[in-house]
Amino acid sequence: MSRLPQASPDHPVYSFDITHAPDAGGHFGRFGGRFAAETLMQPLKEIEQAFYAAWADPEFHRERLDLLKNYVGRATPLYHAERLTRLVGGAQIYLKREDLNHTGAHKINNTIGQGLLARRMGKKRVIAETGAGQHGVATATVAALFGMQCDIYMGREDMARQMPNVLRMRLLGANVIPVDSGTATLKDAVNEALRNWVATCEDTFYIFGTAAGPHPYPLIVRQFHTVIGQEARAQILEQAGRLPDVAVACVGGGSNAMGLLHPFRGDADVRLVAVEAAGYGLQSGKHAASLAAGKAGILHGNLTYLLEDDEGQVQGTHSISAGLDYPGVGPELALMLEEGRLQLDSATDDEALLALQQLTRCEGIIPALESSHALSAGCRIAAGMRPDQLVIINLSGRGDKDMNNVFRHLGWLEGEQ
Amino acid sequence: MSARLGEVFERCRAEGRAALVGYLTAGDPNPEQSRALLLALASRCDVLEIGMPFSDPMADGPVIEAASVRALAAGTHIADVFEHCRAVRQANPDLGIVLMGYANIPYAMGFDLFASRAAEAGVDGVLIVDIPPEEGGICDASFRQHGLDRILLLSPTSTDERIRLACDAGSGFIYYVSLTGITGADMGDITGIRNKVAHIQSMAGGMPVCVGFGIKTPEQASQVASFADGVVVGSHFVSQVAANSDAAAALAALSASADAMRAATARETAV
Repeated sequence: MSRLPQASPDHPVYSFDITHAPDAGGHFGRFGGRFAAETLMQPLKEIEQAFYAAWADPEFHRERLDLLKNYVGRATPLYHAERLTRLVGGAQIYLKREDLNHTGAHKINNTIGQGLLARRMGKKRVIAETGAGQHGVATATVAALFGMQCDIYMGREDMARQMPNVLRMRLLGANVIPVDSGTATLKDAVNEALRNWVATCEDTFYIFGTAAGPHPYPLIVRQFHTVIGQEARAQILEQAGRLPDVAVACVGGGSNAMGLLHPFRGDADVRLVAVEAAGYGLQSGKHAASLAAGKAGILHGNLTYLLEDDEGQVQGTHSISAGLDYPGVGPELALMLEEGRLQLDSATDDEALLALQQLTRCEGIIPALESSHALSAGCRIAAGMRPDQLVIINLSGRGDKDMNNVFRHLGWLEGEQ
Repeated sequence: MSARLGEVFERCRAEGRAALVGYLTAGDPNPEQSRALLLALASRCDVLEIGMPFSDPMADGPVIEAASVRALAAGTHIADVFEHCRAVRQANPDLGIVLMGYANIPYAMGFDLFASRAAEAGVDGVLIVDIPPEEGGICDASFRQHGLDRILLLSPTSTDERIRLACDAGSGFIYYVSLTGITGADMGDITGIRNKVAHIQSMAGGMPVCVGFGIKTPEQASQVASFADGVVVGSHFVSQVAANSDAAAALAALSASADAMRAATARETAV
C-alpha cells in the first residue's frame, strides 16, 4: 500500500505541504507568471503574502476545514458506481462526489479559502467572474456567510444558459453584472472583473474561480481544491486497498482537475487524464480544447495554452457547458502536459449529453454538463481496461443548473405549451 | 534605447511646456480612415502612442475597448499597424512614436521579429500593459537589441520598491497612471497626483514622467502640465472618433480637440 502524503496530525487525510510550487515569480516552468497591469501588481503581491501567511497558520486551516466539514459537507463520498461499471464493462468506476458539496459543485472549496483570505485582509467587498454560474454562486454564498458585498461578472450569453444560477446569486444578495463585450462568455467576464478590480483593489478582493490567472491565483486555487484529491486518495486506499490506475477530470481553466489530480502527481503509476470540451468536434474549430488545439500565449495574467489566431487575437470558443467555455487553461496543466505527466482527452457536446443521461438513468445521479465531459471520456477509458483496474472520475458538480439547457438540446421543450 | 524620445522631452522642456502624448488605436474605425486620423494627431503631438488592437483589452475602459473592436472588425492586422507607424514616421521625423498594447500580440509574432519590424517602421518605444518589469525577461533583450525604449507604467499602488524597479528597467519615459482604474475613467485628486509624480521624479534620475488616464479637458491637461513632463490623452481623443461616424467630422473633431490640448500643455499660458 502506498504511503499517504505527509498529513497533519489533526487532519490525517489533509496535507498542508505545498508540493510542485511555482518559482518566486509564479512560473510553472515556462508557463504562469504575473502578466498583469502595474496597478494590480501590488494587490497581487499582498494576496500572495496573505496566502502564504494564512497557509502557515494552523488557525486558518482549523477555520477552513471546520467550514468545509460543517458548512460545505466534506468529506464528499467516493462512490463505487457498480451499475455504471457493469454497463461500461471494464475497469471499476469510482465517482468523487463533488456534486454533493453545498452549492452543488467543487467551486466552494476555493471560495471558502479565498473568502477567509479576504476577511483576514480586511476587505469588505468581493468580486468574481463566472461561466456556468457555479463559481458565482459559491462566491455569493461565501459573501453572504461572511457579510460581504458581492458583485459577480457574467457573460450575457452565459446568463441565458444558466438562468437558475443567476437567480440563485441574486437571492444570495449578490449583484450579477451582465457582460456584453467580446463573446459575452467567461473570458469577457474575467476581463470585466479585472477592470473593476483595477479600480477597486483597495477595499475589494477578487475571488478568482479557476487555477489560472496571474500569480498567486493558480497556486492558491490549486491548494484550496487539493482536498478533493487528498480525500479521494485516502478513500480509494480504504475502499479498494490500492491507488487508482487512472484519475479523470474535465478541464476548462482547471480548478477541479488540479484539485483531483495534483495529489496523485507523485504516484507514477496513476495515469492523470484531463478531458477538454470538444464542442462540435476538434476538427470543427468550434470547441474549447486549448491544450489539444491551442498554443502558448499570454492572457489574463499568465502564460499558458490559448486558442488564438496566427496574430495572437484570442478566439471565441464553443462548448455546450458554460463552465468549460474558456480559451485558456491553467499554466500548471500546460506544464504537466509538456512534461508528459498529463494525458489529454476530450468529449464533444453530444458525448457529454449522452454521458449525462447514462449516469442519470443508471445510477440516479444527474451530473453537471462540465462533469459529463469527464464521465464520457472516463467511461470510454474504463471500457478498454480490465475489471481489476480502478478509475476515479471527478463528478465536479450536479446538473440541476443545466436542466433547461439539456431539455432544449434533447428537444423536450419544443411543442410543449 | 532610442535617442528620439529623450530629444522630444528636451525640446518641450526648452519650450517651457509639457509634452503632449496622444493615443489612438490603429485601424479605428477602419484602416484607411485611421491613417488620416493618426497623421492629424501626430502633427499636433510630441509623442504619438499607437494602440495595437487586441481581442481582450483587459486594462482599457469601454471607449478604447470599443476602438479595438471596431479596428478588428474592420480587418486590421498587425502588418497594418506597422504600416501606419511607417507613414506617421515619414511625415513626422521628430515625433516620438510608441507602440502600445497587450503582450499576446508581440508574443505570437515573437519578440525579436516584432521588435525588428517595429524599429524598421520608425517606432521609438514599446509599452506593453501586461508585461511588468518582473516579466521583462521575455522581451527586454529584443527591445534593447533593436534600440527600442521599454516604457513602463507606475500607478498609485506602486510602492517605492516598484518605482525603483520601473526606473531601472524602463527607458524613454515613465507613464504614471493617475488613478487606480481603467482608461477613460475620471481623473483622481490632483494634489495626490502632483505629490506622487514629484516623488517618482525624485527617484527617476531625470527620466521624464508622463501622466495619463482620465484627462478629458484642456483645464485638466493644463493642471497636469504644470508639474508633469508629459500629458497623456487617450480615451478623450478616441471618443472624438467614436462620436463622429462621418470621416471628415471625426477628423475635424479630433484636430480641434488636439489643438486645444496642445495649447494647454504650455506652462506659462493661463487657460
